[in-house]
Amino acid sequence: MLLINCPYCEDDRPELEFANAGEAHIHRPKDMADMSDEAFEAMFFIRDNPKGVILERWRHAHGCGRFFNAVRHTVSDKFLKTYMAGEPRPSDDEITELMK
Amino acid sequence: MRNFNALNLAREALRGHKGWGQQWRNPEPKKQYDIIIVGAGGHGLGTAYYLAKEHGLKNIAVLEKGWLGGGNTGRNTTIIRSNYLYDESAGLYDHAVKLWEGLTHELNYNVMFSQRGVMMLAHSVSDVQLAQRHIHANRLNGVDNEWLTPQQAKDFCPPINISKDSRYPVLGAALQRRGGVARHDAVAWGYARQASAMGVDIIQNCEVTGINRAPSGEVTGVETTKGTIGAKQVGVVAAGHTSVLMEMAGIQMPLESFPLQALVSEPVKPVFPCVVMSNAVHAYISQSDKGELVIGGGTDSYVSYSQTGSMHMLQETLDSIIELYPMFNRMKMLRTWGGVVDVTPDRSPIIGMTPVKGLYVNCGWGTGGFKATPGSANVFAHTIAKDEPHKINAGFTLDRFRNGRLIDEAAAAAVAH
Amino acid sequence: MNSTSQQAFRVKARGSRIGARSVSFTFDGKTFEGLEGDTLASALLANGVHLMGRSFKYHRPRGVLAAGVEEPNALMQISRDNSKTTPNVRASVQEIYDGMKAQSQNRYPSLNFDIGAVNNLLSPVFVAGFYYKTFKWPAVAWDKLYEPFIRRAAGLGEAPTEQDPDRYANRFAHCDVLVAGGGAAGLIAAKAAADKGKSVILCDENPEFGGWLLSDTDIRIDGQTGEEWSAEMVRQLLAMDNVRLLARTTCVGYFQQNMVVLNERVTEHLSRPNVELPRERMWQVRAGKVVIAQGAIERHMVFPDNDRPGIMLAGAAQTYLNKYGVAVGANVGVYTACDSAYAAAFDLAEEGVTIPVVIDHRDQVSDDIRAQAKEFGIKVITGAHVYCTTGKLRVNSMSIRHHKASSGSEDFEIDALITCSGWTPSLHLYSQSRGKPQWDEATRRFLPGESPQECVSIGSCNGTDELADIFVEAAEAVGGKAQKPKIEDDVPTSSGMVGATGTSADKGKAFVDFQNDVTAKDIALAVREGMHSIEHVKRYTTNGMATDQGKLSNMHGLAIAAKLLDKPIPQVGLTTFRAPYTPTTFGSFVGHARGALFDPTRKTPIHEWAVEQGAEFEPVSLWNRARYFPKAGETMDDAVDRECQTVRKTAGVFDASTLGKIEVVGPDAAAFMNIMYTNGWDKLRPGRAKYGIMCRDDGFIYDDGVVGKLSSTRFHVTTTTGGAARVLNMMEDFTQTEFPEMKVWLTSTTEQWATIAVQGPKAREIVEPLVSGVNIANEKFPHMSVAECQVCGVPARLFRISFTGELGFEINVPADYGRAVWEAVWARAEPLGACAYGTEAMHVMRAEKGFIIVGQDTDGTVTPHDAGLSWAVAKSKPDFVGKRGLQRPDLIAKGRRQLIGLKTKDPKKVLQEGAQIVADPEQSIPMKMVGFVTSSYWSGTLDQSIAMAMLEDGNARMGETLYVPMPDETIEVEVTGTVFYDPKGERLHG
Repeated sequence: MLLINCPYCEDDRPELEFANAGEAHIHRPKDMADMSDEAFEAMFFIRDNPKGVILERWRHAHGCGRFFNAVRHTVSDKFLKTYMAGEPRPSDDEITELMK
Repeated sequence: MRNFNALNLAREALRGHKGWGQQWRNPEPKKQYDIIIVGAGGHGLGTAYYLAKEHGLKNIAVLEKGWLGGGNTGRNTTIIRSNYLYDESAGLYDHAVKLWEGLTHELNYNVMFSQRGVMMLAHSVSDVQLAQRHIHANRLNGVDNEWLTPQQAKDFCPPINISKDSRYPVLGAALQRRGGVARHDAVAWGYARQASAMGVDIIQNCEVTGINRAPSGEVTGVETTKGTIGAKQVGVVAAGHTSVLMEMAGIQMPLESFPLQALVSEPVKPVFPCVVMSNAVHAYISQSDKGELVIGGGTDSYVSYSQTGSMHMLQETLDSIIELYPMFNRMKMLRTWGGVVDVTPDRSPIIGMTPVKGLYVNCGWGTGGFKATPGSANVFAHTIAKDEPHKINAGFTLDRFRNGRLIDEAAAAAVAH
Repeated sequence: MNSTSQQAFRVKARGSRIGARSVSFTFDGKTFEGLEGDTLASALLANGVHLMGRSFKYHRPRGVLAAGVEEPNALMQISRDNSKTTPNVRASVQEIYDGMKAQSQNRYPSLNFDIGAVNNLLSPVFVAGFYYKTFKWPAVAWDKLYEPFIRRAAGLGEAPTEQDPDRYANRFAHCDVLVAGGGAAGLIAAKAAADKGKSVILCDENPEFGGWLLSDTDIRIDGQTGEEWSAEMVRQLLAMDNVRLLARTTCVGYFQQNMVVLNERVTEHLSRPNVELPRERMWQVRAGKVVIAQGAIERHMVFPDNDRPGIMLAGAAQTYLNKYGVAVGANVGVYTACDSAYAAAFDLAEEGVTIPVVIDHRDQVSDDIRAQAKEFGIKVITGAHVYCTTGKLRVNSMSIRHHKASSGSEDFEIDALITCSGWTPSLHLYSQSRGKPQWDEATRRFLPGESPQECVSIGSCNGTDELADIFVEAAEAVGGKAQKPKIEDDVPTSSGMVGATGTSADKGKAFVDFQNDVTAKDIALAVREGMHSIEHVKRYTTNGMATDQGKLSNMHGLAIAAKLLDKPIPQVGLTTFRAPYTPTTFGSFVGHARGALFDPTRKTPIHEWAVEQGAEFEPVSLWNRARYFPKAGETMDDAVDRECQTVRKTAGVFDASTLGKIEVVGPDAAAFMNIMYTNGWDKLRPGRAKYGIMCRDDGFIYDDGVVGKLSSTRFHVTTTTGGAARVLNMMEDFTQTEFPEMKVWLTSTTEQWATIAVQGPKAREIVEPLVSGVNIANEKFPHMSVAECQVCGVPARLFRISFTGELGFEINVPADYGRAVWEAVWARAEPLGACAYGTEAMHVMRAEKGFIIVGQDTDGTVTPHDAGLSWAVAKSKPDFVGKRGLQRPDLIAKGRRQLIGLKTKDPKKVLQEGAQIVADPEQSIPMKMVGFVTSSYWSGTLDQSIAMAMLEDGNARMGETLYVPMPDETIEVEVTGTVFYDPKGERLHG
């Protein structure tokens, strides 16, 4: 069972309180009507599925209820960082730093 | 290659089994092949076998980063069935079941396909409706599947608790008698042995680190931990690692890889005669020839390549098992293990062409790939050999997520595998 | 040697954990006496019984081999009664209690004479992998003949056949330091951590702490015996508030982020357990740091005929002597490649046991050991090996030969043979922490390396052999400091060997894995057949796959394979260690989550009323809903028919409280609704309600429900019963992440409101007198109205809506008032001839009206257009969830399945839900199916069957005749619209 730091509650809580919500930083455009089929496919179906660092969303479903983002390594399952929804995606340099 | 039969076995018994040769060669890779298959699981080895056997193509390498059969082929709960809802799925999985029925003889290797029956329990009115929808569709597709009352289900599998007082009482079950289990390792070994005998090079401990393409785009081969290997056609059959490999060719996949755990109990004398699955009370169970109860359940919810899973997933699975079979509460868990399953948005596999010429992909089997092994391998071999899909896998394209023509067994059926 | 006739091998002078009280138990029906503190194995050994089991494949007679969890042979069925029976219990672990029933396994008719042993005669055929090569002819015979035979021969004990009456508990715990293993290293680390003020959990799988110190009585720690020293440590730890000691507690698994799962056996050693206590308790411990002090496991020698009863591990013999006061024989041979076996031999010799010889596989042994052996009069032969033993049910001789001699041998009469080839550090927890074991060539063993988790290995599982060093290492592991004590010991630690001894010319089976009957020759065969990865060897031979999971056999198997492959051991690989460390009861994972506690059952405030009325219920997601209210003698069909017709003619009352309810509030509430639902919400006035459809972004229907607009900033949203949580989740997702700028707040109110539907021509008559604060006259409060008011004086939200097609109201009152208001409604309804109705009648009536149920008439592949709900999809909105998805090529393609109605040509014939539809019933299988039945009922109101179906191009096929092929008949149907009853909807407005 993972131990996840909720950036809103500022606390490590057991995975049972959370629900994974898939890939983070997927942009849902405001003008959906103009999207190509390819762009829609990319948004809705294509997923970053890295063997390494993943940027993903969790919801503290049985806690504060907030969605937030996490940087996690998919081989060790270690969380490198969690941050609030709306905060910018960590830069590659920051991720490299977190990996150390 | 010596024939595996009782006579040869008896003959070898008299001389200490000194005469058995290697079941497959362990060659070093050549510089160039016609076809490279990435992934020596059942699907990949089977693909090589059918390419050689049915299409006469023998200049083939199967590359495996670990040991052959060491991925999901050797980590699953070996359930085989074909009672899927959609025509495409029923066609694919029943093609597989028909091949399973002859596989021991085809491969001269006892894969121990045991048609013990696969029963899927219904626990609510909507479960019953769904089961009936499957049964009727299966019947008209020529796939056996029949409805059992709770008492009939219990007669078929005595450990089931059919008490009306259960939290989720059993309201009936759909039974596919042709379904069953097989010996997973034997499938990989059997294909490997025959493919190797026909000239296919199986290269173990050889990880693919890059997919090479010509300036004009088509595939020219792969980079590996054993050097560059050329090929005009590359088939990726790497289950949980498909996204990582396809990324090397610049293709992003509609896949997520999740941890899936399974477990076995200590062995006991025969007590569980078939395979039983349940969705609402989510777990599946059978008993192996050794006597172990073989048990599986749901995946973890997050992407992971760790080949481990969470304690609470084991608990949820066992909670379900004990709810359905309370008599097993004192049984003991002997071993757990984890695999990485690649899941598509519609929970159906992708078998076919890719936007890159000469590159083919077979993936997205989720938790249910083992049952399809011979069928998947057979149509994938056809796809590579003819550079176009077989009619059985024509619907399982990569581009269905663009046009929306999904084969959504999950949405339509919420069926666990 | 003191002895009594009953326990002839009891050594009174020894046995640190044995009490004086006699304990009586049965083994295979025969009564035995042991002593308090005995394990089943030690008690049987005290009585001279070595034969305790039969092997898996060859059914060879086997004795107990070990004194701990690694025991592969002595597995028993242990029973209190029929329901409390447990297979495959290791006799070396199970403590005896008065009245315990133990039975040997895997034998017929008896342990002494087992017919299954015929397999042993066939063993030249039954080599590794033999079944892959045969049992293939004729093809049908596998299922019918061979497999049943193999299955009956395999397995070990019997599964219980009755429900387990025992209870199991689950606990969560947090600590700074978890110490796994309470031997010397673990005790030191726990004490050092506790001294620094850390919260500590120390567990050990044994009933007592001290580990190997209790087996080796010659050790002195600053003059104290190991037993005295550990007792003192335990005393000190027990006195500390920040320490929890858990005996009989195994670390079964090491999961992510330092969660370690412990299994505590609470009552299994007790004759009459306190019924208040659980049988076992599962601990899920999240530890700041995990200190792994699992120790090491002794390996046997791999030589021909090494499996006869009486042949066992030397360390086990030493443990049986010193912990349990039992001599394993009177004339005990020794075969070793490790110094530690001498310690066992000397202890036995001290108690008068004859040690005819020590055969040492090594060419040399230290002068000190030779000198001690000489003092005991023990002959030591080095550079030799045992190549043969005899004795059917108990070993009675061994034959030895010098490595260098081509011929000539010496025989020794013995009644037991103890062996040791060295000690394997237990890397199980370390490996489960995802650490990679490192090969240490000097000592020829795998040792822990780095771990990705916060853990540290200490003591013999870390390859630290000297006790004095362990004192320092263990303390430093938790940031403490320790002095090296003065350690005295008669036999120092040494490394050993891995692999088989003797030559390939030896006859007899040299067992590597006892339980699974894997021999050195089997490993060789696997390698010969191309199994070059250790995982292949393991799977082909089943080496290491028995209930001991290779604790004894893995290293030997690996060494034998490596030698044949001519590769260094680490290149052949090490199989992965998987949880659990030892077999662990399912019940302890499950804990209390059984029966009613398997899943919570949600019940409405009106649930008990329905129970009192004798309703039948159905599970719907977590809820239990009243399905129908049968009167005496009524079948379900009768009751549903009556309920439907009563509603249509008079009225009915229905508990709709399970519907999901979400309060959507804020200045941007309407804008938010415009995004989430396909409909337009701008024109909806406060006080009005509307049916809404929700899609996912892919354009498929996700949920539906009626939404009431209470004010310009407040919506009362209802969802399907099963969809409430996922709808709220999706709404939250959009408010929080896609439209965070919107001022809108969401609250689940499903359980805050009880919802009472009153439907039928007399609905207003029933409801009106109860309502205050709003005029519900037809023209004042038309269909699709909503008002905040009082019902029975209770604040309420009253809807005028209908899911039956009749005049209808839905009263929402705070849940606490639900039952009271329901009874008030019922008090008015019943005298008017109304009924209470359940979900089944609700389903029939809504189908008569062509109203869909999401999840029944739709699945995840149906768009609003497919479901005939195009009118509910706003054309002009710039965006809503699903808008773009609905434009994808396949979603606008011709030939999609559309929801239509079906009438059977024979109006009495009711179609089966899920039945498939074809255009041509004469075609051969596989048939082209054009659709399927989603809903189908007998409509008593219409006196005919009705159905809805998804049909290819359904809207274009009105009036067409199609066919539903059933197993025994083909049913003719006509395609119709979906509204069967009151197509103009006049009754709604009554």
